[in-house]
Amino acid sequence: MAAAAPAWTFIALFLPFLAAILAPFLVSRLGDRAAWIVALAPALSFLHFCGFLSEISAGEVATGGYAWAPSLNLSFSWFIDGLSLTFALLITGIGTLIVIYSGGYLKGHRHLGRFLSFILLFMGAMLGLVVSDSFLMLFVYWELTSIASFLLIGFDHEREAARRAALQALVVTGAGGLSLLAGLVFLWNVTGVTQLSLLVHLGDALRMSPFYLPALFLVLGGAFTKSAQFPFHFWLPNAMEAPTPVSAYLHSATMVKAGVYLLMRLNPVLGGTPAWEILLPFFGGVTLVAGALIGIRQTDLKLMLAYTTMASLGLLTMLTGFGSPHAIEAAVLYLVAHSLFKGALFMVAGAVDHGTGTRELPLLGGLRRAMPITFVAAFLAACSMGGLPLFAGFLAKEEIYAALATGNPRAVFFTAAALVGNALMFAIALAVGLKPFVGKGNQTPLTPHEAPVALWLGPVILAALGLVFGIFSPLLHAYLTSPMASAVIDEPTVITIGTMPHLGLPFGLSLLTVTLGILVYRELDRARALAAQMLEGLGPGPDRWFDQFVSGLVRFSARLVRIIQPGRLEIYITATFIAVAATLLVPLFLFDELPAMPSGPAGALVQEIAFFVIAALGIVTVLRAADRLTAIVSLGIQGFAVAVIFLLFGAPDLSFTQFMVETLSVVILTLVMTRLRLSVTDHRPPGQILLDGTIAIACGLGFALMLLKAVGTPFDPFMTDFFNTYSKAIAHGANVVNVIIVDFRGTDTLGEIAVVMVTGLAVLALIKLRVGRRAS
Amino acid sequence: MNTLILRTVAPVITALMLLFSVFVLLRGHNEPGGGFIGGLIAASALAIFGIAHGPGAVQRAIRFHPMAIAGAGLALAAVSGLVSIAAGVPFMSGLWIYPDILGAEVPLSTVMSFDIGVYLVVVGSVTAIALALETEPDGGAGEGEGGG
Amino acid sequence: MEILFTGLIGLFFAAAVYLMLSKFTIRILLGIVLLGNGVNLLLFTAGRITREVPPIIPADASTLGSVAANPLPQALILTAIVISFSFFAFLLVLTWRAFEELGTDSTDEMLLAEPRDEPLPPTGY
Repeated sequence: MAAAAPAWTFIALFLPFLAAILAPFLVSRLGDRAAWIVALAPALSFLHFCGFLSEISAGEVATGGYAWAPSLNLSFSWFIDGLSLTFALLITGIGTLIVIYSGGYLKGHRHLGRFLSFILLFMGAMLGLVVSDSFLMLFVYWELTSIASFLLIGFDHEREAARRAALQALVVTGAGGLSLLAGLVFLWNVTGVTQLSLLVHLGDALRMSPFYLPALFLVLGGAFTKSAQFPFHFWLPNAMEAPTPVSAYLHSATMVKAGVYLLMRLNPVLGGTPAWEILLPFFGGVTLVAGALIGIRQTDLKLMLAYTTMASLGLLTMLTGFGSPHAIEAAVLYLVAHSLFKGALFMVAGAVDHGTGTRELPLLGGLRRAMPITFVAAFLAACSMGGLPLFAGFLAKEEIYAALATGNPRAVFFTAAALVGNALMFAIALAVGLKPFVGKGNQTPLTPHEAPVALWLGPVILAALGLVFGIFSPLLHAYLTSPMASAVIDEPTVITIGTMPHLGLPFGLSLLTVTLGILVYRELDRARALAAQMLEGLGPGPDRWFDQFVSGLVRFSARLVRIIQPGRLEIYITATFIAVAATLLVPLFLFDELPAMPSGPAGALVQEIAFFVIAALGIVTVLRAADRLTAIVSLGIQGFAVAVIFLLFGAPDLSFTQFMVETLSVVILTLVMTRLRLSVTDHRPPGQILLDGTIAIACGLGFALMLLKAVGTPFDPFMTDFFNTYSKAIAHGANVVNVIIVDFRGTDTLGEIAVVMVTGLAVLALIKLRVGRRAS
Repeated sequence: MNTLILRTVAPVITALMLLFSVFVLLRGHNEPGGGFIGGLIAASALAIFGIAHGPGAVQRAIRFHPMAIAGAGLALAAVSGLVSIAAGVPFMSGLWIYPDILGAEVPLSTVMSFDIGVYLVVVGSVTAIALALETEPDGGAGEGEGGG
Repeated sequence: MEILFTGLIGLFFAAAVYLMLSKFTIRILLGIVLLGNGVNLLLFTAGRITREVPPIIPADASTLGSVAANPLPQALILTAIVISFSFFAFLLVLTWRAFEELGTDSTDEMLLAEPRDEPLPPTGY
């Protein structure tokens, strides 16, 4: 399967979407057992991507795709290197376990099918995101993950908190998506390529470009919102309103890492500049410390984990931007280890919730007897999170300290941030993975019981993998982390770190971290109070600002609507015609394009002039009409005068039509007018008359001048000649007007008679359908 | 408005106008006229009849509901266009045949049937509007005295 | 010749706009009728005007000579006349029915769709 056919990869990419469609049907047939079947889809994708392992680890890349819109240089194409493959395996592998877990977690829930469908939709989007080659495909999948996240956070849509969290996540990540799109457009304009695989080699050109900084800021806007970096972090903890499988999958293992993925993917292109190496570590470092501090303050297991996720994302951002290959290697190792242990811990939190009915830390204790399997998984994951030797987390932490503690003065701050963050995260790991299971039992809402197999299978596998990867680290390096680091750094890299601790500064820092972590864990209540005190001083955070922003937006739009839409028709019409008059007149005067005035009505016959005068009289009378009869008669007069004018100037068809229409108009006007009063005078105050009159005259003048200008230009008889020449030859008709209507432009006429008919129906409906009261 | 003179003359005028409208419709391809004008003339004829004898009488005279006539017209026009597709040429291309009827060559075409469709739509819609307005809002008087 | 047409068309447009700026629906309707005629004449004039020779190909010729009137604007206007008429009929009935149901022909008093002092939309989630 090493050189898999592109078609198989295509199927593997779309399998989750297919399963998303089928999931609701399967669930309605089979109940929650359907999850085991649905899980086959990601499992098969996982196996397919495993087939790439040997090829990618040999330093090759796999590409493929189909043309989408070749004229726009758009294609549906994928590009799989070490970075993409590691992500793809995490997404499909953890995804398989999550689907099984969901079946157990939402057992008996009436919307389980919908839930699985959303999860699989997300999986397909995320998978597409990490293998995308073309910008557009990347962007589409990027937004699709935001939408799937919205649906999943708001899954429990009957609670306001869930709706708010969903909307907040969508607004923040959606705005970030737009920022990313703008950034990608910049990248495309500067380099002229729309494919990531080509872009990677154009880093130098881009860094020299004056558009480098705008592009960087916009891309970071996308990455920081998605990966919940300070100050956009607030949506992530709120997203914990979602059911636990979502938190474990989207908001720790995969989606939030999309931002980190983007940073890593663009590291060879955008990285290596002072801006990159200042912005990323700074914001990452702040996010790391803030996340750890807020996390230690929480008592809810899920919220504690949520904030450590935020801290971990900060750590990853910091390492990615630090600017040394060593730091990249550390980031890669930490990313893999984090996905495993954090996913496991979230699932454990869900299992504990399921088994006891609460997630409040102070209420929990002594569960190791009741939930032994969950306990083992939790403990192993916590050890990996804390970076104890033999675990994958240990490799990551050693590498982090080795990369940061270089003696560089700049690095001292970041080393300190990493130390504080890691120590606090270790304390939280112990609080989540150990504290609920030891000590004496507490009274919980449910009698503690072991979770069913669906709920412990995922955490056990992930936690065990953390140990396996730690012990067999050469295997991990060979197949996953080294190729991934090579892709991020854009040159072959081999990671060698093993699980045997070697003495040195990194090991010293590791020891310090563990000691600090254990200290904090033993004094958890005091640490919590201290963190709470520190955070109180900072005042309301961006979470509150979001609420104020939303309600401010509503008030602003309500006020704006009241100004531009006051509910008075005359204001709308006045505005419209002022705009019309200005459009017609301003360019004529501004660009001195006034038409040449023709000299008088030379050669006009008396009867012609007479009908123009009659039409004008009719118009003036309509204007001044004070009663129904005058209005009807004068309207008829101008209409018949126009009909005669048509007849005099070679348009008998128009003339007859106009005659008939005027006759019918008079008939139906008479019929309606007898039922309707016409206000005796048109009440307008003098100022109003002046304004309306000015607008009216300006419009009339504008149209007249425009017409004169048009008539003054040479006539292009192309269309007319065509009809005159071919009317008889092709369409066998001598009346060219009729031939145009029914033959040359017949489709137009078909539309027009449809309009006539719809008007007839509308009139009938207006007359015949009366609401209630006028029954007699 | 329904004086004795109008009521006596109306049927004759209406008949003549209807005949004239068909004439205008059919000659439209080569002389001034066509479906739109013909349809308007026919609708005026029916409106006059309606004023004289009430909408009920018109309704009985034309047998079908005016909107049904309009609908049939729209369908005829659309089918005239679709025939072209069946014949393998683009939608709305004119197709002509020249059958020999009673010794005279009569040109028939989808263009003509299309124009007849236009005629029917205009007659139907405008008559429907006029009749609906001629009917008194309380629905009694107009229909009651029809038929005379 | 054009100056006559232009003048009449200007008058049509000015009168139509003035009527449409009124508060009263029936006057707005009269304005729309005038506007329709004005636009038709505008199209007619823009296609250049020719006296008395309709665009009908004589029996003994196969193409139309250049002295005849321009058929293209005529075809456009012919359908426009019929459509304007249907539109006019619809608006007329709408005006009447609105008068019947709401008891007013002043647009200022027709506030069903945009009521004054509407409360703020909800600011929650």
